[in-house]
Amino acid sequence: MPVHVHVNVNQSDQHHDVEPRLLLVHYLRDVCGLTGTHVGCETSLCGSCTVLVDGKAVKSCTMFAVQADGSAVTTVEGLAKDGQLHPVQQGFWECHGLQCGFCTPGMMMASVALLAQTAKPSREQITEGLRGNLCRCTGYSHIIDAVNHAAAHGGVRLQPDSAQGVARG
Amino acid sequence: MADANTTPYVGRAMKRIEDPRLITGAGTYTDDLRLSGMVHAAILRSPHAHARIKKIDTAAARAIPGVVAVLTGADVNASCGFVPCAASMPDLKAPKHTVLAGDRVYFVGHAVAVAIASDPYVARDAIDAIDVDYDPLPVVANAEDAVKSGSPLTHPDLGTNVAYTHNVSGGGNIDEAFRKADRIVKHRLYHQRLTPMPIEPRGVVASYHAGEGALTLWTSTQIPHLIRTLLPGMIGVPENKMRIVAPEVGGGFGAKLNVYAEEALISHLAMRLHTPVKWIESRRDNASATIHGRDQIGEYEVAVKNDGTILGLKSKTIADLGSYLQLLTPAVPTLTGLVLTGCYKIPAVKMEIVGVYTHKMATDAYRGAGRPEATYLIERLMDVIAQELKIDRLELRLKHFPAPGDFPFPTSCGLVYDSGNYAAALTKAKQLANWDQLLKDRAAARAAGKLSGIGVSTYVEICAMGPSKAMPAGGWEWGCVRMEISAKVTVITGVSPHGQGQETTFAQIVADRIGVPIEDVVVMHGDTAVAHYGRDTYGSRGTAVGGTAIVMCIDKILTKAKILAAHLFETTVDHVVFEKGTFTSPGVTNRVITWPELAGEFYVAKNLPADLEPGLEASSFFEPQNFTFPFGTHIAVVDVDRDTGQVTITKYVAVDDCGPQINPLIVEGQVQGGIAHSIGQVLFEQTIYDEDGQLVTGEFMDYAIPRAHDIPDYILGSTVTPSPVNPLGVKGVGEAGTIGATPAIANAVMDALEPLGITHMNLPLTPEKVWQAIKSKN
Amino acid sequence: MYPANFDYVRPSTVEEAVRLLAKHGDDAKLLAGGHSLIPAMKLRLARPKVVVDIGRIAHLSYIREAGGAIAIGAMTTHADVQASKTLRDKSPLLAETASHIGDVQVRNKGTIGGSLVHADPAADYPASILALDAEIDVVGPRGTRTIKAVDFFVDLLQTAVAADEIVTEIRVPATAKTVAYVKTEQKASGFALAGAAVVIGPNGVRVGITGVAAKAYRAAGVEKALAGQKLTPDLIARASAQASAGVDPLGDIHASPSFRAHLAQVNTRRALEQAVRRS
Repeated sequence: MPVHVHVNVNQSDQHHDVEPRLLLVHYLRDVCGLTGTHVGCETSLCGSCTVLVDGKAVKSCTMFAVQADGSAVTTVEGLAKDGQLHPVQQGFWECHGLQCGFCTPGMMMASVALLAQTAKPSREQITEGLRGNLCRCTGYSHIIDAVNHAAAHGGVRLQPDSAQGVARG
Repeated sequence: MADANTTPYVGRAMKRIEDPRLITGAGTYTDDLRLSGMVHAAILRSPHAHARIKKIDTAAARAIPGVVAVLTGADVNASCGFVPCAASMPDLKAPKHTVLAGDRVYFVGHAVAVAIASDPYVARDAIDAIDVDYDPLPVVANAEDAVKSGSPLTHPDLGTNVAYTHNVSGGGNIDEAFRKADRIVKHRLYHQRLTPMPIEPRGVVASYHAGEGALTLWTSTQIPHLIRTLLPGMIGVPENKMRIVAPEVGGGFGAKLNVYAEEALISHLAMRLHTPVKWIESRRDNASATIHGRDQIGEYEVAVKNDGTILGLKSKTIADLGSYLQLLTPAVPTLTGLVLTGCYKIPAVKMEIVGVYTHKMATDAYRGAGRPEATYLIERLMDVIAQELKIDRLELRLKHFPAPGDFPFPTSCGLVYDSGNYAAALTKAKQLANWDQLLKDRAAARAAGKLSGIGVSTYVEICAMGPSKAMPAGGWEWGCVRMEISAKVTVITGVSPHGQGQETTFAQIVADRIGVPIEDVVVMHGDTAVAHYGRDTYGSRGTAVGGTAIVMCIDKILTKAKILAAHLFETTVDHVVFEKGTFTSPGVTNRVITWPELAGEFYVAKNLPADLEPGLEASSFFEPQNFTFPFGTHIAVVDVDRDTGQVTITKYVAVDDCGPQINPLIVEGQVQGGIAHSIGQVLFEQTIYDEDGQLVTGEFMDYAIPRAHDIPDYILGSTVTPSPVNPLGVKGVGEAGTIGATPAIANAVMDALEPLGITHMNLPLTPEKVWQAIKSKN
Repeated sequence: MYPANFDYVRPSTVEEAVRLLAKHGDDAKLLAGGHSLIPAMKLRLARPKVVVDIGRIAHLSYIREAGGAIAIGAMTTHADVQASKTLRDKSPLLAETASHIGDVQVRNKGTIGGSLVHADPAADYPASILALDAEIDVVGPRGTRTIKAVDFFVDLLQTAVAADEIVTEIRVPATAKTVAYVKTEQKASGFALAGAAVVIGPNGVRVGITGVAAKAYRAAGVEKALAGQKLTPDLIARASAQASAGVDPLGDIHASPSFRAHLAQVNTRRALEQAVRRS
């Protein structure tokens, strides 16, 4: 039996009837057409599917779309504003924080969440904040540089309204 | 880009041109494709390592609403040919490798049936509803057991588990070397099986245009062109009606340097069902049915004089190939034989490699492919020899380096190393590591009861693959450069980068040499409809081979441009000066011609010399005359926790010489990424099958790859020794990190344990193994 | 990657959830944070016909002090436990333990109640729940009852919570300040190969061990050896050697039984030393 969901995705209200078994990541990719969020495993370990739900980093492969009903979701597509890259995006670009780019959206969303909590993280805080995100290309050093770059350039900025869900009815 | 107007571009740490789409979520990976009418395939795989299939019942699966078809080997194999192996050897025994299993399965993960449905959830429901009746058969799960008499056979119809025996011998007389030796140092080394684990699993989308008889295949691959060469023989669509696209590819590391059963199967399904078909691999399937790497066991003997002089090296290696040959499966162990002597003068070599079938997934090229195995063994041996003879391990290495004047340096393995200055890299690494202080710190730590170790590796590797005579299917590369009428430059390359950054590095080269702003250069790749020919990306060949093809195109374009410039200047070509994008003719005219004017003249074509064709485009095939041989020195420092066996890397220095660096930021990224693979290999990564051939490490839950907190702060340096093999002088750097780092880290751990009398452990050096070793000495 | 079909219900009260569980029996599974259930469903190791999502039940996520104890709502996420000032000030062991669970994303969704009732033998919380001598409230068709920590973990993936009951609250003493949790992680999954939680109190020491056996346990031998003694380094080392006494350690590719038993001892010693340093 399909269930109605109302999700605010990147500040756009979405209403859909979905199968309960539809995972949030597939909802974002296949229903909302936002394919920047990726799937790299089945066991909540790779972190490629990381998005923000009500401002918190979560793995969208380990959440049903129905659980996000009434929430605000921010994906990688929602980071840049008015053609301006988010400081985390800028940091990843400046520091060569990506190679193949597949883990990058999840890695950046985890970084955004980290900087929202810890404006100037230590190396240890960065590696702990990225514990849930696997990268097989970069060896992480440039990713750590990227987060530091973002921290030094206003990376703390979380989208002002990304932490609030839609009104629940 | 803030610094975009500064030339030269080459040599500068520029941020990448490919990144804006990737950091905004706008890159298109295979799973991001949505075609009208597209249906989804799911593959049912064998839970048995070896079994006879008695019966497959698909009725329940076919009855599920939304299911389009459920097919088995009996339905599709006749239309899909055999999965190809490009490597050939004189006595190679190879099983026929169909896209779905016939009446037997030969490894856990072997594809048995495929379900196609309107939606991937329903496709998964369908394969769950397929009922397969298996009759389990005896399993061969271990290569050393497989060569023993009386072992069950992986493929009973082959009559043996030995796929081939490959002998390498070279240099002087090996028997004499061993007769003259003061001492024979023996060692047994194990290179565990590894799972490449690109974060993007494989995926395929196929679309067939029945009217045109044309197939388009999007696949997450490193080798679109090799697939276009090999797939026609499988599915019967001619090469010139086949378009292969590698969209954004989420990591390869060799795992996507292959032609896989699914590429033929999904193509066939699109033709059969008259609708586009998508298949996306799960992580579990990636772990069980995408190639694995390494898995070699070797016995090594070195003939040495008491002063440390190495006279000869003998080895016997068993390579576990798994149950089938994938594209390069049998060739990978032979690469080990090519670089067995490392960066040393070793006058005589003899190596025997036995390739063995077992009931496991095929091994094939994984980052470094054969060279990490060779480098690990020679670098471990150097430490073992130094330890046995009580000689300084750096002195032992220095003593056997060819001098810079010895290059080109012919090795006993039959290669000619292009250029090198191995001592310079070692010296620089020692400086960066503050070597004398390291020794003092280690002594102090040991005095305080700690287990502290320093490891060194000096390596050379084989890159820029490669001369066609050494490669199964051509080792040249193709490129095309076109100056458009608008003076924008379109570059098309036959290499297929998937993270290596050639959209940027090639643009740097082109912008400098043609003299245009880098923003005016676009580099295209990975689509055989655009890049008609190519030999793709593997073996650290992209820039050294593919980049050279581009340089050849530029030379042709500039030659042609000067002819037109001379015509417009009303002079001869030898009076035309080209510099930074402008043409002048000092002493003839004050007129200055820039690219927009000249490009316009080429395409408007009203004022061309009679014998000059319109248009300004050139293509080239570059055939390298040799491989390139990057080298370097890595130094690792570790602490070992006596109680838990936990190894911590406290310092890491890498000095790599890949020739001149087009973009040092990208070089650094390649080195760092490569070292991470080694950290995984040395400390924890291992693919494990149990004695029944069950894959135990089928998910990230059980197969650990490094995370951010496993990575030390690096001190990276470089030396620059240009290669004479190509005009850029570049050597390649994609695999160097992995090749240099594994022995450095392993040697550091063994050095830490040396005071306890521990002289040997098999990789990976997990906490438990280290703890067991420590305990055994208590 | 693709779970099987199920019916989805989202009760708004505990009572409604209990009625739904009673109605659907074994066909139903509770969905809390989903970090045990959803991966199992994606691999189709779990195929519930009905998923009862208790994520929207009001007032199941809280941390508050009451009557000498700190009460934690069952739906409180690991992240909230980790960040709780109340816990950090008064009874920091659970907060410290939560910081070792999974990763940031997992901690943002996973819940203490869900983790406890899943009873993964390598989960982090059980060691601390045992060391804290916590109480767990459950609600079912027969009303509310309280289960003591020592009675809670029954066997591999089995607890004393009946199939028709829901965990609602966990209570830990508000006075347990001399504590530590030391863990060796399974490299791939991040779960515990051996985790030792210790609480040093006026009436003795309690030690909980997770990851080592089919269920988490109290290291009775260690507790007995330390009872009434001054905690010198020598005594701690001797007592810790009892950390795996009498248990049947698990073995797998990540650690043999003997290594797990050894790590239990090392981590018990290290946790005791750390707690003593903090006291």
